[in-house]
Amino acid sequence: MFQRLTRERQLSLTIFIDGTATPARHGDTVAAAMLGSGYVACRTTAVSGAPRGPYCLMGVCFDCLVKIDGDANRQACMTTVQDGMRIETQRGKREYST
Amino acid sequence: MIVASALRDRYDVAVVGAGPAGLAAAALCARAGLTCALFDDQPNPGGQIYRGVTNSPFDRGTVLGGDYWSGESLVCAALGSGAHYFSGASVWGLLRENEIAVSLGGSTRQIRATRIILATGAIERPFPIQGWTLPGVMTAGAAQILLKSSALVPTGRVLLAGCGPLLWLLAWQYLNAGVRLHTILDTAPAANWRRALRHAAAFVASPYMAKGLRLMFDVRREVRVVPGVVEIAGEGGGRIGAVVYRTARGRSERLAADMLLLHQGVVPNVNLAMSANIAHRWSEGQLCWVPRVDSYGSTTVPHITVAGDGAGIAGAEAAEARGRLAAIATIRALKEEFPVGELERAARQSLDRYQRGRAFLDCLYQPAPNFRRPRGDTLVCRCEEVTARQVLETAALGCPGPNQMKAFLRCGMGACQGRFCGLTVTELMAEARGLPCAEIGYYRLRPPVKPITLAEIASLPVDGAAVKAVARE
Amino acid sequence: MVNAPHTEFDFAVIGGGLVGAAIAWGLARRGRSVAMLDEGDIAFRASRGNFALIWVQSKGGGMSRYALWTRQSSDAWPQFAQALRIETGLDVCLHQPGGFHLLLSPEEVENRANALKRLHNQPGMVPFEYHILDHAQTEKMLPQIGLDVVGASFCPLDGQVNALRLLRALHVGFQRHGGRYFPERAVERIEPRGGEFRLRGGNVEISAHKIVLAAGLGNAPLSPMVGLNAPVRPQRGQIIVTEKVAPFMDYVVHTIRQTDEGSVMISDSVEEAGFDVSVGSGVLAVMADRAVRMFPHLAKLNVVRCWAALRVMPQDGYPIYDQSKVWPGAFIATCHSGVTLAAAHALLLPHCIDSGDLPNESLAAFSTRRFDVPATH
Repeated sequence: MFQRLTRERQLSLTIFIDGTATPARHGDTVAAAMLGSGYVACRTTAVSGAPRGPYCLMGVCFDCLVKIDGDANRQACMTTVQDGMRIETQRGKREYST
Repeated sequence: MIVASALRDRYDVAVVGAGPAGLAAAALCARAGLTCALFDDQPNPGGQIYRGVTNSPFDRGTVLGGDYWSGESLVCAALGSGAHYFSGASVWGLLRENEIAVSLGGSTRQIRATRIILATGAIERPFPIQGWTLPGVMTAGAAQILLKSSALVPTGRVLLAGCGPLLWLLAWQYLNAGVRLHTILDTAPAANWRRALRHAAAFVASPYMAKGLRLMFDVRREVRVVPGVVEIAGEGGGRIGAVVYRTARGRSERLAADMLLLHQGVVPNVNLAMSANIAHRWSEGQLCWVPRVDSYGSTTVPHITVAGDGAGIAGAEAAEARGRLAAIATIRALKEEFPVGELERAARQSLDRYQRGRAFLDCLYQPAPNFRRPRGDTLVCRCEEVTARQVLETAALGCPGPNQMKAFLRCGMGACQGRFCGLTVTELMAEARGLPCAEIGYYRLRPPVKPITLAEIASLPVDGAAVKAVARE
Repeated sequence: MVNAPHTEFDFAVIGGGLVGAAIAWGLARRGRSVAMLDEGDIAFRASRGNFALIWVQSKGGGMSRYALWTRQSSDAWPQFAQALRIETGLDVCLHQPGGFHLLLSPEEVENRANALKRLHNQPGMVPFEYHILDHAQTEKMLPQIGLDVVGASFCPLDGQVNALRLLRALHVGFQRHGGRYFPERAVERIEPRGGEFRLRGGNVEISAHKIVLAAGLGNAPLSPMVGLNAPVRPQRGQIIVTEKVAPFMDYVVHTIRQTDEGSVMISDSVEEAGFDVSVGSGVLAVMADRAVRMFPHLAKLNVVRCWAALRVMPQDGYPIYDQSKVWPGAFIATCHSGVTLAAAHALLLPHCIDSGDLPNESLAAFSTRRFDVPATH
């Protein structure tokens, strides 16, 4: 789990993680917002279905892949939160038609 | 900040990476009157070491330490120099004829630069242990990014494992922030001390000793440190739940854990440089691949220079000095009349100062072989889920090198393009074949060095020859 | 696989790619003692760059014997895949559902129809089933195609395989049959010596009663040493590979295939670029554009890597199988279709090589003699 050091009022945005409204801080990455809200895992792998979550947070491990506003396999750590953003955790391989 | 539409087709210099090396290089090139583009794939400048320095959630307190805030002036100098800075810009390929393919806001542009300075920095060394892919296991660097950029700190029982200056720095920053780490599992081999001793004099005279000692003293006073750890395994179902470790003395323990942070040093992020056919060599001292460069960072590809940790790990201050030297070589090539003599003297003096003591640190914190060469079901390739057992079995087939290994097992074929498995594979194959790593080699890398969409590739410019080569009905 | 001192083998196969490994496996299964020599990790290695299609529909224009040989190999593939699975436990994921050549303009459709008609009208041609389809008919079988697809040619015999696993299975199977693998042994000289061939190089010292040159582009300097004239040239092809996707194609498309583990591979380019294996953005862009026109949703997929490899292209495009007249016992086998023909190379060719029955009546068309005849047209 992660918690904020600085004051709560800085969480001025609302994002949706798997449909649940979640407060987020302006300037946070999606990965930080998810970790800060208790999401340690964000997907299951395309090879074996094993659970994965963010590992490096700097864009090189590709474990933090989530669907953002309908786009699959986006790196959560390389995307800054926007108000109203819809984030979905992923299961296995992406679908062709998404 | 400049918006994407202002990206020109041509620049004198393109700098890739806005960490200390890239910021220093871009600032100096622009100051000399060269047109300069500075590309960085992160949303804000500073690289990893100065991550979040322009939009920090912290007031200038004592959590992060004084060194961190020196990044601010570097950023200001670069942004105010006239260089065109592009954030969220992923340089995915250095193509033929000085072309640079950069992805910005979901679309790719191809620009041309007479000279290129690569300042792509470093990434965490792989730390392949049982359970390293479990959710709740992250790198110490990742934890530091969360701290710097978002003021997020871990709760619950947090274990920190590995070795290296960054591990102690993070632990110290957490202390300042009131985070109680449960245990530090120190994997630095005891034997390292003996090898490091011959570099001790230089270390004592370096800027690193006083800081480093104080850091470690503060941390050891407050946090339980288990020395001589030779084996670590993470356990858990959907996430990490416990960590089992064993020390060289044979003591072992299972600790419940909510989070495990791993770190055993950083290594150059070589993918872009290797994909541009820059020659690399194996560094026995740092156990990683580094580009072959001269004292300015010039490489075997005439128009490309490498600066910063991407040329070999030496820390932020050394990176800044090397950024200046790369800029100086570039300025000499493109604008002879601009005086660089004094700048070079100062940069070399700074570089000497900040390189002093690094050899000691390299020796002291060289990761132990068993943490670089896993066994059994431990995953070597995270992306394609290839185990150490599979790699070793395939090596026993007579597989000559990492590329044939990649063809047989798919390890290295995933999105990370070998960043988290390549060194492990090189070392495992070297061990299996009884050959030095230098002879084993590394994966052959090509653009794109970061995934981009098929639509973006389709949008690149084409000529008649390209069409004829493909549409042949 | 370690250094063997001056040892004699029944056969030394020079080349550990798909052609060499298939023949070596076939010979080892027949109880012969076989050495397979291979270069190091960084070499041209056409076998790492192939598109892994088992393709029948367009092969053999200009040489009906090639069409028949291709058909024989394609028919033998299921038996081949099964033998490998039984011997090694590795599944090469053979999939022969039929394949499409998708066409993006009326001209392309007409050219394709004419080319296939010409192919089937050749003397000696054993015809096979194929269809020229319009957009609607194609869409029934490939529901995901884009509006730009005007038509297609479809052949139920076409398919694909996991070619990298195939190579691995051949190596594993070869060694299980007692074959000896010698990597990093680039052969520089072949010394034929009454009843024996000595192979020499930097660290090579191997002798065998008979040899098979299956070194792809590496055959060029070697074949004259045993009196064989087998002209081949490099022909660059580039490939794009995407991230893994849930299965969306029941068939194989000539320029787009989805692998068994989910990634989508896109080709097909032909460039005469010598030995340059650098990737060119223009060619990648055209391939990507055509792929997106064929399957629009591909546009959003992430490309995880691109590469270029060199096909081993015989002068006239057809395989070369022969035995040296000057030095009997020295054989050559080379082609650009190492995957399609792997079954034939593994199950049919070794018999001919082992019994010395090469060139023979059924494979006469592939002999090097055809290069000795001066061009009359």
